[in-house]
Amino acid sequence: MKKYDAIVIGAGHNGLTNAAYLAKAGLDVVVLEKNPYIGGATVSRELHEGWMYSNCSYVCSLLRPEISRDLNLPKFGLQVIPYVGGVTFKRDGDYFGNYDDHERQYREIARHSKRDANAYERYTADVTKQTRFIRPFLLRTPPDPTSFKPRDIQELLFLAKSFYNLGEKVLGDTLRFWTMSIGDFLDEYFETDVIKCHLAGSGIIGTALGVYSPGTAYVLLHHYMGEVDGSVGAWGFARGGMGSVSKALAGAFQSFGGEIRADAEVDRILATAGRTSGVVLANGDEIYADIVVSNLDPKRTFLDIMAEEDLPASVVKQAKNFKIRGSSGKLNIALDGLPTFNSLPPKSPLMTGDMHFIDSLERMERAYDDWKNGTWSQDPYVDMLIPTQVDPTMAPVGKHMMSVFVQYAPPKLATGKWTDKDRDAFGKTVIDQIGSYSPNFKDLILHAEVRTPQDIEDEVGLTEGNIFQGELTFDQLLFNRPFPGYAQYRGPVKGMYICGSGTHPGGGVMSAPGANAAREILMDLNHPTTVPEAYPDD
Amino acid sequence: MTDSKHIDVVVVGAGHNGLVSAAYLAKSGLQVLVLEASDKVGGAAATSEFSEGFSVSECAHFLYSLHPTIVKDLQLANHGLFYVATDLKTVALSSEGKHITMAGSEIQGEDVSTEDISNYRRFHTQMKRFSKVLASSFTHRPPRLVDGDMKDKLSLLKLGWNARKMGRQNMLELLRIGAINIYDVLNENFDNQLLKGALSLEAVLGSHTGPRSPNTVLGLLYRRVGETYGFRGPTIPSGGMGNVSNAIASSATSLGAAIRTSSPVERILIRDGKVAGVKLSDGEVINCDRVISNADPKYTFSKLVGYPQLETGFSRRAANIRMKGNTAKLHLALEALPEFTGLNTNDIGNRLVIAPGPDYVENAFNHAKYGEFSEHPIMEISIPTVHDTSLAPTGKHVLSAVVQYAPHNLKQGWSEANEEFTALLLDLLESYAPGIKKLVIASELLTPADIESRFGTTAGHWHHGELALDQFLMLRPFPGMGQYAAPVKGLFLCGAGSHPGGNVMGLVGRNCANTLLEAGAASD
Repeated sequence: MKKYDAIVIGAGHNGLTNAAYLAKAGLDVVVLEKNPYIGGATVSRELHEGWMYSNCSYVCSLLRPEISRDLNLPKFGLQVIPYVGGVTFKRDGDYFGNYDDHERQYREIARHSKRDANAYERYTADVTKQTRFIRPFLLRTPPDPTSFKPRDIQELLFLAKSFYNLGEKVLGDTLRFWTMSIGDFLDEYFETDVIKCHLAGSGIIGTALGVYSPGTAYVLLHHYMGEVDGSVGAWGFARGGMGSVSKALAGAFQSFGGEIRADAEVDRILATAGRTSGVVLANGDEIYADIVVSNLDPKRTFLDIMAEEDLPASVVKQAKNFKIRGSSGKLNIALDGLPTFNSLPPKSPLMTGDMHFIDSLERMERAYDDWKNGTWSQDPYVDMLIPTQVDPTMAPVGKHMMSVFVQYAPPKLATGKWTDKDRDAFGKTVIDQIGSYSPNFKDLILHAEVRTPQDIEDEVGLTEGNIFQGELTFDQLLFNRPFPGYAQYRGPVKGMYICGSGTHPGGGVMSAPGANAAREILMDLNHPTTVPEAYPDD
Repeated sequence: MTDSKHIDVVVVGAGHNGLVSAAYLAKSGLQVLVLEASDKVGGAAATSEFSEGFSVSECAHFLYSLHPTIVKDLQLANHGLFYVATDLKTVALSSEGKHITMAGSEIQGEDVSTEDISNYRRFHTQMKRFSKVLASSFTHRPPRLVDGDMKDKLSLLKLGWNARKMGRQNMLELLRIGAINIYDVLNENFDNQLLKGALSLEAVLGSHTGPRSPNTVLGLLYRRVGETYGFRGPTIPSGGMGNVSNAIASSATSLGAAIRTSSPVERILIRDGKVAGVKLSDGEVINCDRVISNADPKYTFSKLVGYPQLETGFSRRAANIRMKGNTAKLHLALEALPEFTGLNTNDIGNRLVIAPGPDYVENAFNHAKYGEFSEHPIMEISIPTVHDTSLAPTGKHVLSAVVQYAPHNLKQGWSEANEEFTALLLDLLESYAPGIKKLVIASELLTPADIESRFGTTAGHWHHGELALDQFLMLRPFPGMGQYAAPVKGLFLCGAGSHPGGNVMGLVGRNCANTLLEAGAASD
C-alpha cells in the first residue's frame, strides 16, 4: 500500500489548514474524514430543500487574515460579507440597538444612560488595547515555561517583553482583565443592565461559565480579536454559509496536490516503539505515514483513537481531566418570510445583526444556574441571526434562514441522556422566547433543526458538543492548552501531532491552531515553512 | 497623652495590622499615634461580650496564619499571647452522624475509601508545596513589574525560581490549577462528598465565590499558607482573638507607640499633594506628614481622603475594588454543651464544618448572586469554651459560627431578615445537633451590614477586598496601589486590602511599616 508523508485525521477547518500548509511545503498529504462531507463544525448543509444552514459555526471574524491571504482563499470561493446592526430586546418593550455609526451609537446609549454613553468610549479603547496586545500571540507556538531550550526562552522573553512594553499601569489592567469576570468588568463601566447584557454575551458563548465567573472577560476578548476586511472586532457571514470556509481551504489544499477521503473514519493511530506509522480505519484498512496529525479534540485523540498502552499514564490522566463541556445548543430555522418584532419597525436595519432576548446579567447568570443543575436554561441566552438579509444565496427568493445559538444546554441532563422529547421541549423553550417578542415568527416556521450538545457530539465528533474543543479557561490556555507539557502541538508519540481548536490559541473558526501545528511539523522535518508568524498590523 | 508632642506617623485604625505597623515603627524609633474609632483595639480581631457573661471572638475565631516573625519580633508571648488549643482537627459533619475527621494530611471516617485517604495525603503535600510558593512572596512588598527597581526584579526572579524549583511537573500543575475552580480539582482527586464539601468551604470562606467559581483553588492555597510556617491546624488564643490584638497593642505601647481609642478619624488632611495630618470627628486636628490607614482602601480613598483629592483614573480603580461581603457570624450562648449526632464529646472542641458536598456549597452560593441568603447555608463552627472556660459562666458554653452566604446587598434588607436568617441557622444546627435550640440562652447574628457598621469595613467584607487573582499580589488592591504607598506623598495603606491580604496574619502591617521606613530613608 502507498505510504503518505502525512495523514491528517478530520477535515475540520483546522485539519484542512494544517494539511494545506503541509502540502504547500511539498508533502504528500491525505485528509481522512469520517462524515460523507468535509468541514467538521464549519459546514453549510441543505437540511430543508432550498435552504442552506450553517448548522454549527455561523459567523466569521476570527479566521486569521494572514492565512486567508497566504492560502489565497478568496480564489477558492471564500467571500466574507460584514454585517452591522444587532439588538437586545427588553422585557418592557424597549430595546437597545447596536449601530455602526459612532454618533448614532452614542445617541442610542445616551438614550438609556448619558453616563454609559461616555463610558462606552473608555470601554472600547480599553478592550481594543487588550485585543492589540493578544493578537501577535495567535500565530506563535506557546513557550514551555519550564524549559531551558533556547527557543522556549526566546519565546518566553518575547512574551515578557510584550508585557513589559505595556507599562506598569496597563500591564496591571491586562492582568486584571485576564482574570476577572465579564460581569464585574462591565459593572466597572456601565450602569444600564441592557447595555451590559448586550456586551456580556461574548464573554460566555461556548463556555460553561456564568457572566460572574472569573475568566469570562478573557472569553470576550477571544471574540473580539478577529476582523473582517481589516475592521478589527467586526463579524461577517461567509457567503453561502460557513461551509464556504472549509470548501476554500479544501480547494487550496487540493491545488497543492492534497487528497481528501470522506467516509473514512479512523479507528486508531498506529504506534510501535513510541513512534507512529499510520492509522487503521474503521473498515480495517491501514494507511501509512510517518506523520499523523489529529484534528480531533484532545479527549477523542488520546482516549478514543489511541491505545492506552501507547501513551504515558500521565497523558491519559491529563486527557481524562481535560475540560470540554457542552454548554450550547443550536436551532436552524427555515422561514417563510422575514419576521417582525414588536419593538422595531419592519425591516429595521438593526435586524441584520445579532439579536438577543435577555436584558439583565441576573437573567444570564440564572440561565447558567440551570446548566449547573443539569437542565437547559428556562430563560436562555440566544444569539439569533437572519443571514439571508445579507446573503440571499442561503434560501429561496423572499424566504429566510435563521440561525439561533442557544446557551445554556448541558451535554447530559440531570435525568440522563437527551431524549427526543427533551430536544423538542428545548426547541420549544427557545422558539417561545423569540416568539414572545415577534408576533409572526411562529407562523413563519417551515422547518426547524434543533441541535443539543449531544447531537453536536454525535454528528461532528466534538466531545460533549463543546464548540471550542475545550474550555477557554486559564488552566487550558496558552502553554496549558490542551494540557501542560503538550502545548507545542507534538503528541507523546513520535511523529504524532495535534492541530485542533483544543490547542493554542483555541476555538472559533480561526485556523491558527492548524497553521501553528504545520509550522512545528515542518520544523521537525527541517523543511522550509511558509506558515505566517507575525501579523503586519500588530 | 501625646497631643503636645511631635508625631511622626498617625495610624488610622487599631486593627491587628494597624497595631503591627505601629509596633514596628515605634521599634525603629518613630513617634507613632494610633487612632481607633471604637472603644477597644483589635478591629475584626477582637473579643466582645455579646450577652451577659458570654464572650466570643467577634469576627475571626481561629488563628491559623499569624506570622511567627511578628510573634518573635514583637515578643507577643511576653505580652500575654498564649494558646489554649493548637492544631485542631476539622470535623466534616454529616447529619446522619457519619462524620469524617481531618488532621493534617490524615483523614478518618467510616465511608472514606482508601484511595481518598492516600489521594488526600498526596493532595495535602502538593497544596502545601504550592502555598509555600505563595508564602514566599508574602513577607515583602509585591514587586512592580515594569517600573521596578533592583529589589522588585530580584523578588520577581525569586518568585519564579521558587515555582521552578518545585520541579517541572509541580510547576506545570501549579500553573494549571492556580487560576481555576476547586470543584473540578476536587472531582479529579476525590470521591467522598463530605471531604469535597469541607475543602470547598475552606476555599470559599470569606469570599463571594462558590466552589465552581474560577480562582477558588487560590482561596484554598491562601488559607493554608500558615501550614508552611508551623500551623498544623486552627489555633485558639486564650481569651479569644481580642487577646492577639491586646498583645500586639501592649507590645506597641511598650515600644513607645501611643494608642487612643474612641477617637474616630474623619479626614486625612492633604495639602499640596502631601499628607498634612488628620482631623478627628470632634474637630481635633493632629499634624503629621505620614499617615497609615488600616481602613479598607475603598473607605480610605472615598471617605478619609476624598476622591476629589485623587486623580480620576485612580479614584475609579478604588471605587471598582471588588468587595461584596457575604459572610455572617452567629454567636450562641448555650446552657450546656450541645451534642452533635454521632460526634464523640472529645471531638467537639475541634473545627466543625457543615458543608456536606461541593454541590451543596455551590447551591448555597447561588442565592448570594441575586441578593438572597442561602436556604441551606454552610458553617464553620467553634465552641471555644471547651478550651477556655473564661468566656462563659461555669458549665455554660459559647458557640461561634462563620456562616455563608449572607450577601451584604440583601434584597429584603438585613434589619428585617436578621431574625429570619437566625431562625434558619438554628434549624440547620438542630438537624446536626438535635436539642441545641433548647440550650440557647441568647443569640447574636452579625450580618455583613453589622460588620460594616461595627468595624467600618466597606460592604462588611472580611478581607477588605475579594481575594482573587485580579486583586492579588501587585494587583492588590488595584494596579497603581500595589506597594502600600499611595500617590499622595506620606499616605500608606496597611489593611487587609493590601498585599498579601486578609486573615489574622500581620504581614500587611509589617510590610507597610517597612515600606514607610524605606521611603523615609530615601527622601530624608
